[in-house]
Amino acid sequence: MNDKLYKILLFVAALIVPIVCGGVLYALVTDAYEAFEYFGFFNFLTSSEWSYTEGAEHYGALPFITGTLMTTLLALVFCIPFSLPVALFVGEYFKGSKVASVLSTVTDLLAGIPSIIYGLWGFYTLRPLIMALNISPQGSGILTASLVLAIMIVPYAASLSAEFIKMVPNDLKEGAYSLGATRAEVIRKVVFPVAGSGIFSSYILAIGRALGETMTVTMLIGNTNNVPDSITSTGNSMASIIANQFGEADDLRLSSLIAIGLILFLITAFINMIGKIMIKRARIA
Amino acid sequence: MEKLKIRNRLAKDKAMLWTVCFFAALTAVPLFAILGEVFLRGYDQFSWSFFTEPTPTAYKAMKAIEAGKPIPGGIANGIVGTMLMLGMAAVVAIPIGILCGAFLAENPKNRFVQTVSYLTDLLQGTPSVIIGIVVYIWVVVPMKGYSAVAGSVALFIMMLPLIIRSTEETLKILPASLKEAGLALGGNRARVMLKVQLPAAFGGIFTGVLLAISRVIGETAPLMFTALGCSFIRFAIDKPISAVPLLIWEFFNDPNLQELIWGASLFLLLFVLTLNLTAKYLAKKWNQ
Repeated sequence: MNDKLYKILLFVAALIVPIVCGGVLYALVTDAYEAFEYFGFFNFLTSSEWSYTEGAEHYGALPFITGTLMTTLLALVFCIPFSLPVALFVGEYFKGSKVASVLSTVTDLLAGIPSIIYGLWGFYTLRPLIMALNISPQGSGILTASLVLAIMIVPYAASLSAEFIKMVPNDLKEGAYSLGATRAEVIRKVVFPVAGSGIFSSYILAIGRALGETMTVTMLIGNTNNVPDSITSTGNSMASIIANQFGEADDLRLSSLIAIGLILFLITAFINMIGKIMIKRARIA
Repeated sequence: MEKLKIRNRLAKDKAMLWTVCFFAALTAVPLFAILGEVFLRGYDQFSWSFFTEPTPTAYKAMKAIEAGKPIPGGIANGIVGTMLMLGMAAVVAIPIGILCGAFLAENPKNRFVQTVSYLTDLLQGTPSVIIGIVVYIWVVVPMKGYSAVAGSVALFIMMLPLIIRSTEETLKILPASLKEAGLALGGNRARVMLKVQLPAAFGGIFTGVLLAISRVIGETAPLMFTALGCSFIRFAIDKPISAVPLLIWEFFNDPNLQELIWGASLFLLLFVLTLNLTAKYLAKKWNQ
């Protein structure tokens, strides 16, 4: 095979990525169009009604957008107190040691568990616990879903943060030690400021993960189509309403679900893009 | 006064160390809690028939429960479906992914290369449920029915970016002298790639493929709208087919079949974690 043919072959193979991405966007936009046209784009985003009684069909995405934002942000809040210590443990305190590699294997395995099994565990173990603690009567809801989501995103946030913490130059840290700083002070005054933007971007990517998580949330959020009014109430996320109703929907409801899918796709793409750009900047700096 | 201040700082330092260790250790708890629960509730369902027989109907299961017997049947239909769809997806995704990864690693960073690279990230970050919707629109609607092909297209789209990335990264860390030596001996680019670079990168690419498989094998959401599920063993690629995660979802929703959840979950979990650990072990060995 000559060089020219080889180059063309690689180019053609590489074309598949833009074709798939374009196809994803095209399919979502054309099939979501009906819903946007019928309800109006902003009306669809801000309406909180989801009723499929014949003749009075009305679909709005607000309950699910709220549900997604609440579960994601809450998961982030629960995730930080665990992922940050793991990152410090692996990247600073026990850098390169055997314990650190054991802990990073543990987090890798956590990342490998399929989401449906997280859902089962949440449903059969965490949900009864939440009921027993009298936090919410039905056990499932935003809070339960976020707790399990938090466990699921810890590995992503932790491994990437650890990478940035490891990259903090030794001479900076040694400079601080030579001035008499304790390790805690070095971490607070040197490691965090230097690795900060990288750590921040790893949390953005973790948010990107949590936004689209489907099965776990579907099994734990309680599946009610109203705007959740507190963290213990039930709801639905954008991914979970699709998982719940896509199979039985047709016409306008199908189009509305695809419209929700399009919004979710755009939000995750946007969040991931910001995260990637920030990571690139943090790596160069 | 000064002494007290120093003692205070040292105490803070120690407190920080212990807090970090405590919370880091706490992160391991969910892993063992999940493994423990799935193992303890699932291991006694493992039997020869669990792996060789298809799922029972709800009626049969109900009769067995009424008679106080264990539920007959197993998850063979899911195992066959998973393997069939995974096989079809991998056969297409591995060569295309490697070629595409080679394209990204071989070419200088011009605008097209950067676009492809960015879109690969976009594809990797796309929620799997959306891939399910899109494949439903692309394949299920024109074919007028759910099918194993549709399921494998969904798995293919999810595997592709993972294989592209691992190929690209492995090829990029190979020493440039390797490629230059091959070219200096008179091989053209294709020959050097095939005979020098790819063999040298084999370990990394293989690890990437294993991780890609372990990532998609537990995917449920995209298969719900594409493969749908099927209660008997089937090898047809144009008909609905089952998969192990789909069966778990089915058992979860059917009170009569709930006993089977844990055996199926244990099987899936063991499979995924073994793949993960193997990949990690190979990566380590290959790096030395």
